[in-house]
Amino acid sequence: MDKTSCYHCGDDCGNNPISHNEKNFCCVGCKTVYEIFANNDLSYYYDLQSAAGSTPKEIEGKYNFLESADIVEKLIEFNDNGIQIINLYIPHIHCSSCIWILENLNKLNHGITTSQVDFPKKTVRITFNSEQTSLKDLVLLMSKIGYEPYISLDDYNKKEKKVDRSLTYKLGVAGFAFGNVMFLSFPEYFEVGEFWLEQFKGVFRWLMFAFSLPVVFYAAQDYFVSAYKGLRSKFLNIDIPIALGIAVLFLRSTLDITFDWGTGFFDSLTGLVFFLLLGKFFQQKTYSYLSFERDYKSYFPIAVTRITKDNTEESIQVYDLKSGDRLLIRNGELIPVDAILINGNARIDYSFVTGESEAVDKKSGDKVYAGGRQISSAIEIEVLKSVSQSYLTQLWSNAVFQKDKSGSFQTLTDSIGKRFTIGVLTIAFVSAFIWLIIDPSKTINVFTAVLIIACPCAIALAAPFTLGNMLRIFGRHKFYLRDTQTIEQLAQIDTAIFDKTGTITTAEKGHVYYEGLKLSEEEESLLKNTLRSSNHPLSRKLYDILSEHNIVPLDSYEEHLGEGIMGATKSDKIKIGSATFVGKPQIKNGDNTSVHFSANDQYKGCYIFQNNYRDGVSEIFSNMAQDLELAILSGDNAGEEKTLNKLLPKGTPLHFNQKPEGKLQFIRTLQEQNKKVMMVGDGLNDAGALAQSNVGIAISENVNVFSPACDAILDAKNFTSLYHYIIASRKAIKIIKLSFILSLLYNVIGLYFAVTGQLEPVIAAILMPLSSISIVLFTTIATNILGRKLAKQ
Amino acid sequence: MSVIYLLLTLSIIVAVVFFAAFIMAIKNGQYDDSYTPSVRMLFEDELVKKTNEETEKDI
Repeated sequence: MDKTSCYHCGDDCGNNPISHNEKNFCCVGCKTVYEIFANNDLSYYYDLQSAAGSTPKEIEGKYNFLESADIVEKLIEFNDNGIQIINLYIPHIHCSSCIWILENLNKLNHGITTSQVDFPKKTVRITFNSEQTSLKDLVLLMSKIGYEPYISLDDYNKKEKKVDRSLTYKLGVAGFAFGNVMFLSFPEYFEVGEFWLEQFKGVFRWLMFAFSLPVVFYAAQDYFVSAYKGLRSKFLNIDIPIALGIAVLFLRSTLDITFDWGTGFFDSLTGLVFFLLLGKFFQQKTYSYLSFERDYKSYFPIAVTRITKDNTEESIQVYDLKSGDRLLIRNGELIPVDAILINGNARIDYSFVTGESEAVDKKSGDKVYAGGRQISSAIEIEVLKSVSQSYLTQLWSNAVFQKDKSGSFQTLTDSIGKRFTIGVLTIAFVSAFIWLIIDPSKTINVFTAVLIIACPCAIALAAPFTLGNMLRIFGRHKFYLRDTQTIEQLAQIDTAIFDKTGTITTAEKGHVYYEGLKLSEEEESLLKNTLRSSNHPLSRKLYDILSEHNIVPLDSYEEHLGEGIMGATKSDKIKIGSATFVGKPQIKNGDNTSVHFSANDQYKGCYIFQNNYRDGVSEIFSNMAQDLELAILSGDNAGEEKTLNKLLPKGTPLHFNQKPEGKLQFIRTLQEQNKKVMMVGDGLNDAGALAQSNVGIAISENVNVFSPACDAILDAKNFTSLYHYIIASRKAIKIIKLSFILSLLYNVIGLYFAVTGQLEPVIAAILMPLSSISIVLFTTIATNILGRKLAKQ
Repeated sequence: MSVIYLLLTLSIIVAVVFFAAFIMAIKNGQYDDSYTPSVRMLFEDELVKKTNEETEKDI
């Protein structure tokens, strides 16, 4: 039989699809969403893109905090006369259907005036009438149709982000001036001394001067600022010769037209600035929906439920939590502060914080730490420390997070800038000196001509275009880099450090095998039926793995917290749980997690859960070991040591039980030995190490969901290609170096004209764009070839 | 030949008008999201598209 897939979300419907209107659904949730859409004439949603939806999640009580006016006030962008505007981040936005349905929200709730989706950012901006509807209703509606917004502590009191559009303005100004100046300078390229030209050239020239003013004083100001900064810190960056070139171009041209020496170089000047800005524009950040700056705030809830003295529940903002407050943490909620468990069965998943794969059980009176996620029924906790003082959040007070990593790195272009500046100035002075002897009247002419023609436009363009293009190519391979600098850093890496849990192991089903006596049909059925009743994650895992059996009602079922479960029918009794619980002395089995069970008080055997390593881990590590130093840095215990030793190249150092602080320190120690370190991790526990390392790469199963602050985000599916990416980065650097040589050739030709005193404006006007365009072509073609090779691997 | 002054003035005015329009477009955020509008324009104008099945009011 063919598998039926859900009409709404496209998931496999399993054995019992829910049929409705001749369509199959995998669950009631999906069916409900379909009904909402169908009843509101919104079924066009399914015509645009089939199976675009997602299953709505249980959200009971989750958004109660939106009832609090104070919190709502901090979230919304605009509030006046009953009109409110909010910008919500919706991770599920992924296709045109999503845009369509979200922009038709007003069909579902008439309080909504307009909604507008920003697809690249995955946000929707909703304007609504606060008298007819509320933010909570809105969020509930969106959750109900499978578009649950993500609201975290990060959104709280977020200052309205100013979009920086200055580069677009500057590019516009430079392009406008460039085009007009080109037209105005055209006549004088061909004819000099012609009657009409003689008469009007003054007007033409001064118009060009006027057009170049905004270019020099507005569009090019970044280069002057950067050159000034470089000089002040005694560092000769590439912007110094550029700024010098622009300044000399402008002054010389102005003098030229004032004293009628010539037409000036306004065409080259505006063209130069335009091309330079184009390069800058090209390497701008392209993944607006990914954030590389996340800290714990993006994970933490904005509000939690506090239990007041008279036992009522109220939402309270996380920052307002004080020691002594009692909180209610529901299933699936995050514990925002260090606290003591008062009531309920805590089963806390710390994988995010510590990297440990198994959830831990806590008894009342135990301490629970911020960042853990409760994964069984609701619990009550008492706050010990405020948010900012909790164990996890303290990591962010480390100086590493305040440091701007990009500031300290010297790019390839800048490193060539120093030699270039010295070289150009030497040539300029020497040739000026020589001309002073031959023909003093031409000295200034030659001196300025050298500075003009040597302006390293092409050099400055090589890196932005190569790296900008590589950034896009990597993006297509689901390797998202923060900026182009990361590619340069990546090319220099000599040490690679990996986290274990979630990085080289998958978060999906671990490999499970059975050790023990063979089971009879009845026993297996009983096992499965007992597991059905338990919500323990291991039970769920095991339940999914075991083959289908008929449902047999149990006569009795008991759950012993932290020990195991017991089920019985008329004839048989089964105990599932820890070794001691089922009546077997504890045995060592390599610290792997195992579930033991006994039937009718006879020990049968155990299921062993193994960490599941990603496919090809062994291969990629042995490839990397060729020219990188490797190490594993795990927050987990040493249980996997043997397996890892087998899997990884011989002699790979393994470090277990690493605290977040310790990971950071480890990287720092390596860097003090002048190593260029790449850290690959996934959880918040790696956040410090990711920030400290030269290149921090976060592995993510789903890039739309969250990863800690890092330099690059890599889709887990492409983990095995990581080494290819490093090699590709190195090749990209080679491309840049080649184009440096190419542009130096142009400079040599230009310098020949300049030094011999023959530099006509028209030569400069041809040479400059020609060199720039050929560099852009060369780098684009070379990187595309590189990209194609990458695609084949 | 003073007509050339007139022509120059006119052409520059036209250029400046378009430039101003461009600046306005940036200011209004037209270049902030260059993808969504390209999808949005393909949607049907009238969104109502009745399904033939009887609608159940049991949400």
